[in-house]
Order: sequence, then C-alpha cells, then structure tokens
Amino acid sequence: MYVRLVGSRVRSQLQYRASAALQIFGTTLIALLDLVTIVVIFDNVPELDGWTLQEVGLLYGIASISFALTDLVIGHLDRLPQMIRDGSFDQVLVRPLPSLLQVVASDFALRRLGKAVQGLGVLVWALTAVEVDWTAGRAAMIPLAIVSGAVIYAGVWVALATVAFWIVDAIEFVNAFTYGGNFLSQYPVSIFGRWLRGLVVFVIPIAFVAYFPALYVLDKSDGLGLPEWFRFASPLVAAVVALGARLVWGNAVRRYRSAGG
Amino acid sequence: MRLDWELARRGYRRYAAYPGATYAGLFTNVFFGFLLAYILLAVYERADVIGGYDVRDAIAYVWLAQGLLSVVASFGPSWIELAERVRTGDVATDLQRPVDLQRALFAQDVGRAGYQLLYRAAPQFLLGALLFEVTIPAEPVRWLAFAASVSLAIVVSFALRFIVNLTSFWLLDYRGTYLMALVASHVLSGLIVPLSFFPGTIGDVVRALPFAAMLQAPIDIYVGAPLGGSTALVLLLQGTWAVLLLAAGRALLAAGTRKLVLQGG
Amino acid sequence: MADHVIEVVGVEKSFVVRAKTGRLRRERREVTAVDGISFSIERGTIVGYLGPNGAGKSTTVKMLTGILVPSGGQIRVAGLDPSRQRIELARRIGVVFGQRSQLWWDLPLRDSFDLLRHIYRVPAERHRANLERFTEILALDAFLGTPVRQLSLGQRMRGELTAALLHDPEVVFLDEPTIGLDVVAKAAVREFLAEVNRARGVTVLLTTHDLADIERLCSRLLIIDHGRLIWDGGLDELKRRYGQERTLVIDLEEPAPPLEVPGARVTKVDGPRQWLAFRRDETSAAELTAAVAARARLVDLAIEETQIEEIVRRIYATGAAPPAS
Repeated sequence: MYVRLVGSRVRSQLQYRASAALQIFGTTLIALLDLVTIVVIFDNVPELDGWTLQEVGLLYGIASISFALTDLVIGHLDRLPQMIRDGSFDQVLVRPLPSLLQVVASDFALRRLGKAVQGLGVLVWALTAVEVDWTAGRAAMIPLAIVSGAVIYAGVWVALATVAFWIVDAIEFVNAFTYGGNFLSQYPVSIFGRWLRGLVVFVIPIAFVAYFPALYVLDKSDGLGLPEWFRFASPLVAAVVALGARLVWGNAVRRYRSAGG
Repeated sequence: MRLDWELARRGYRRYAAYPGATYAGLFTNVFFGFLLAYILLAVYERADVIGGYDVRDAIAYVWLAQGLLSVVASFGPSWIELAERVRTGDVATDLQRPVDLQRALFAQDVGRAGYQLLYRAAPQFLLGALLFEVTIPAEPVRWLAFAASVSLAIVVSFALRFIVNLTSFWLLDYRGTYLMALVASHVLSGLIVPLSFFPGTIGDVVRALPFAAMLQAPIDIYVGAPLGGSTALVLLLQGTWAVLLLAAGRALLAAGTRKLVLQGG
Repeated sequence: MADHVIEVVGVEKSFVVRAKTGRLRRERREVTAVDGISFSIERGTIVGYLGPNGAGKSTTVKMLTGILVPSGGQIRVAGLDPSRQRIELARRIGVVFGQRSQLWWDLPLRDSFDLLRHIYRVPAERHRANLERFTEILALDAFLGTPVRQLSLGQRMRGELTAALLHDPEVVFLDEPTIGLDVVAKAAVREFLAEVNRARGVTVLLTTHDLADIERLCSRLLIIDHGRLIWDGGLDELKRRYGQERTLVIDLEEPAPPLEVPGARVTKVDGPRQWLAFRRDETSAAELTAAVAARARLVDLAIEETQIEEIVRRIYATGAAPPAS
C-alpha cells in the first residue's frame, strides 16, 4: 500500500528528470559539507578518544545511510504538526487505512537520496581504509547495522513525532533529537558525558545504530565496561523500539480522538 | 526614528508571542551545545591550542555560537519570508507604503534579534558557563568590542538575508539559492567548529568572508583570537561587509522594483 | 421495521479547555459541545443538519465519522461503532469537507481517483462504471487530467463528490458542499446529490448554511444549538408550525402613519409602503385587505410567506424553537 501511495509521487517527480537529478546532486553536495567538520577536526588531531579518522568514517557511514533510509521512507512525518493544525489529519482518520501509514506516505522526496549516496561513499571509503580483521560475521554486521539502525531511527522518530498531538509549537524539540541524534551517532559515544551516554544507550538507544556494531567490526574496547553482547543487540533493540513506537503512536491517536484536537 | 522603534517592537513581539517555540529552540541549542562541547573536549585531549583557541576558548565558542545562532538568524523563516512575498506579488503592497522597505525590515529584524539575545543567547551562554569551564574576558574593552561585533554581525546577517530573499525577483524557484546560502552560512559561519580550525590560508580566507562576520567574528573577539591578531581589523572587516552588503541590497531592491513595475506587478 | 443506517443515542462530547489566566497559571474548564443528542436516520434519506456556528454540528459529524470519540452515549453508523471500528466504517462512508480536500493536490484528478480505488479496494470494473457515470453527470471530462491545485472551486467540488462516492458508500457526510460556488455550480451539485440518492439509495447527511440546498434536497431537518437538538422533523412540518406568520405588503396612495388594523401589526414603514404581519390562523389575507382598504387608499399589495430563513434565524436567535402557535 505504501508503495502505491508514494508511487504516483515518485512518478511525478521523475517526470522532471533533470530537476530530480539536480536535486539529488545538490543534497549530496550539501551532505558532503557535513564531512567538512570531521575532516577539519582530524586535520588538527590524530585521534578522537582513540578513534582514528577512518574509524570515525565507519561510524559516519553507517549512521548516515541508516538515517537517510529512514528519512527517505518516513521523512514526511515532519508534516504532522501542520496536518493537525490545518485539519487534514481528520481527513486521514476518515480513510480506511492506518493513520501512521497515511502520514508517512503523504510524500516522498527523491532528493533525500542525496544523503544516502554520500553516506555510502563515506562508508565504502572507510571500509577500504580502516584496519579490520575481516570475518564473515564482521562483514555481515555492516548491512545488519544499517537496517537495524534505520528501524531504530524510525521508531524513535515516530515516537517523538507524537509530541505534535499535544504540544503545538514544539516541533523543534523533536528536531533536536532526530537531527541531533544523527549528528551524535557519527561520533564515538565514549566521548560524551555520563548522562548523555546513559541516554543514548538505555533510553533513546541510538548508540546501537552505529557505535556498537562498529565496536564489533573494529574489535575495539570501548572503555565503558558495557556488556559484550550489546555489540550484537542492534536487531533486538530495533524490534523493541519498533514495537514501542507503534504503541506510542496508537495511544497518541486515541488521545487525539478523545480530546478533539 | 519613532517608526523604527515601533517596527523593532513589532519584530520583538512577534517572537515573544511564541514562548513555546523559544523554549523548543533553546532546548535544541542546548542539546547541540552539549554534543559539541563533548566533541571539542575530546579533540583537546590531543592538542593544547588550535587556531589560537585553547580548550576553554573552544567551549566558550560552542556555547556562544549556539546562543548567537538564533540572534543572527542562521536558520529560520527570515531567509525566505520576503522571497515568498515577492513570488506571490504581495510585495507590491509593501513597496507602495511610504516606508523604505530595507530599513523597515531591518528595524523589525533588530527587534527580533533583541528578543533572541535576551531569551536564547543569554540563557544559553549562562548555562554553558555554569556547567563547563569557559573563557571569561577580564578586560572591559573586550566586552565592549564583543558587543560592537555582535551588533555588526546582526547587520551583516540581515543584509545577507535581504539579498538572498531578493533573488526571488529573478528566479522562479528561489529555494535553490536559499539552500545554497543556508549551507554556506552553516559551514562558513563557524557553526560546528571554529573557523580557526581550518588549516592555514583556507582558515584565513574563510574568516574574511561575510559569513564569518555573522558568527565567528564576534566569538573570535570574545576569546581574544581575532583574525590577524587585531580586534580592530575584525570590526573593520565586519563594518565593511555590512556597508557593502546593505548597499548591494538596496541596488537589488531598486532593480527588482523596476522589474516589478515594468511587468505590471 | 425501518432500516436506520444512523443511530445516535444520548451522545455527549465535552472538551477540557485550558485557558490562561494571568501569566503562568492555567485553568482547566470543561466545555460541553454536544449535550445528549439522539436521533436516527433511515436509509435512503437526505437529511439537513443545521445550526449556528459553534453549535456542535461539526463535533457531531466528527463523532459519526470516527474522527472523535464521544464522551458518552452510543453511535452506530452502518451497523458499526465509529470509535472502535474506524477503518471498517471508513470503507462504507464517504466524507466531503467543504474547506479541506481529500484529493491529492499536485496529482491529476484522474490519479486521485485511481489511488482511491486502491485505498478503498473497489473492484476495477465497478470503479470504471462509477467513474464513467459520474463523469457524465458532472461533466468531469474537461479536467480529469488537470492537477487538482489548478482546478476552480466548482471543479474541485465536483471532484470531491465523485471521490466520496466512487466506492459506493452507504452513507455520505457532506460539510458545506456548496459554499463558495456560483449559482450554476450549486445547482449541479444539488442535482447530482438528488440523483445519487435516488438511483443508488445513498443516505446523505448534509451540513449546510445554504437554505436553498435544504429546500431542494432535504426531506428532514435536524437543527442543533448549544449542543442540543432543537428540531428534528420534516421541512414542511417546520414551515407549517413556524410558518404561521405572513406579511401583507401594501402600497398606499400617500405616506401615512402605521395603520392600526385588528389582527395585524406593522413591522416596517417605508414612505407609502407598509408591511403588516399577521397570523394565518387569526386572519385571512382577504379580510385584512378589506380592513386596510376601509382605512386608507390602497394602490397595490403583495403577500409574503415566512421564509425558512426567518424561521431558522428566529430559532437560532432565541436558542430554542419558538412556541408552536
């Protein structure tokens, strides 16, 4: 159903082939500038808490692709506050489809592919440049991390977006966590203060998007004393987060329907 | 003069009316403040001074940057509000009024900046100063220079935004320039890392650009590491950009108005 | 036993409203939008739903369509409970909001219809047949390929109506469907609704401020005010009960002070013209004319019936139905 809903959107965007290509190119470029920060940092110091540029590149690559995938599929969730404000969410409730599906499928921006392209580029470079004792397990961890990561981001995003149902102006709030979260997962979690580490490991588990899988692939110790099996827990965390998000969403919609919005 | 004040008040009140948005924005800035602070702390474990900044300077930079971010409107609707009015043609009513458009918008922008100085920049920096070790200048002269620099930064930012908005007169889809300008200012105004981190000549060039005048310049002055070692130079540079960009803005406005009139608006 | 496709029993809806009193404190107040309404609607009827703004009309409709959950009472639409069976119900109803659109803004109209076919799981053949028929009645041909955002209001409304009916719903809820349309478009919409109701037995609940809509389409009226139902009955009955008053408009030879005639009262004077209101059951127009002629020189006269507007306005204004006689 999702495919059908966005299908026509994609088709109409593809009609302007040149424009679409340009947009993807543009966003790739913009995303590349993100890298400037990291490059500049490593131009000044050789390591960040024991992580080299290549290793940070691995983090960055995984986090970026995951984020881009999530953004691509459910990015339009950021329209939710607007939909509630102008009453088009009511229209959603009158259709015989689940509400979350409708909101998420309300548009599809091809241009978001730009970030995925850039992430892929960085990941490929990092994989070739980094020192890893490659095994089948380690190789498999990369795509696994990307997919689990995308689901984790998605779940967190959906859960946070429900804030729109009861606070009108606070969409920025949510952005802090989504874009901030992505930014954060590009750096080794070990550099953060204790409270923040606790937050991203146990509460909003985005440490499982790139950090823990990377620890496994790179065979690094994280010096934090966290259990070894965390490194494999990404899929589990993804499942839990997805379930949680569904519950939160369902609850939020139920409240909206009782309160009258 | 009276009108300017009224317009400034209007600009102020427009933002004061949405305390929720202010808190949310503050929250975002504080969150990023923490993130960047931790990152830079990790960086400074391996180096003492980078580009004239020591660790306390760098942390001060983080909290100042996140605070001033909203004051100089690095993001936000003011980049395209006017452009949208141009696109829809509403700008025609604006131009018919007996008020200079650039001046009127500037006055409103000053009001906005004032509000955000009080309610976003100040709390942001105070929090950072409390929780981390930051540089606090001892000499009152530096504070004065800092204040002057922030004022100039606001002007430069306004002038830039004005110009970007005006491209809407000529471009059907102004979003392209908007995006580019946003990205440029994002990176080049020293948002994530101090521009002084940029190596050698690149760093110098980048700090001479108008984008740097928006954010990096005042902070450089604050921590005592201005471009070329001279505070006066930085202020002069900001001032020059302010004048140049405002003038360019006026020229563009005149050209745009002519175009509008010719096309029957 | 009549088939009631909509059954509403004792339905209530209250909201908690937070109002700021002073700088920091907030007060919680309970606002009752709907205060115990009951009615049922037979399948195949077109019912008009009126009420002043803020009376609880849209709240009721939202509860019927599953958007809002009632605070109390029961609702059954097409045999389903809207609050619990939202998605199932959505398949069997059509909804048109006057101000908002259910079509996809930047896609051609045709694409919207196609998407809806999949969303509502309409068999291809049935969809095609319906679309053909509606295209014919509503003259959609000219703009089926146009993106919705480029359509005029009249065209868009025709598109919305089609969208609401393509999946053969049992009930259609229309919220101000003729608002903003020109006279021709309004007539087209009305004819379409009448036709659809007649040919397919679709039940229609029509919220409207346009009394011409009501005259043309509705056999029954529900009037709500302050959350309560103040009228539930036929249009004719409404006219009969509250349409007792008629007005005799007389043109005298020359301006005169308001005439004093038994059984009538002067409601307006404009130069030589006077308006005399009288009750149907008290005097007849003929008697009144004779009485007037005896007192002044009459040049011309006319009779006005109570417009439904007047009735409704009076009902709105007093907040309760005026006494029957």
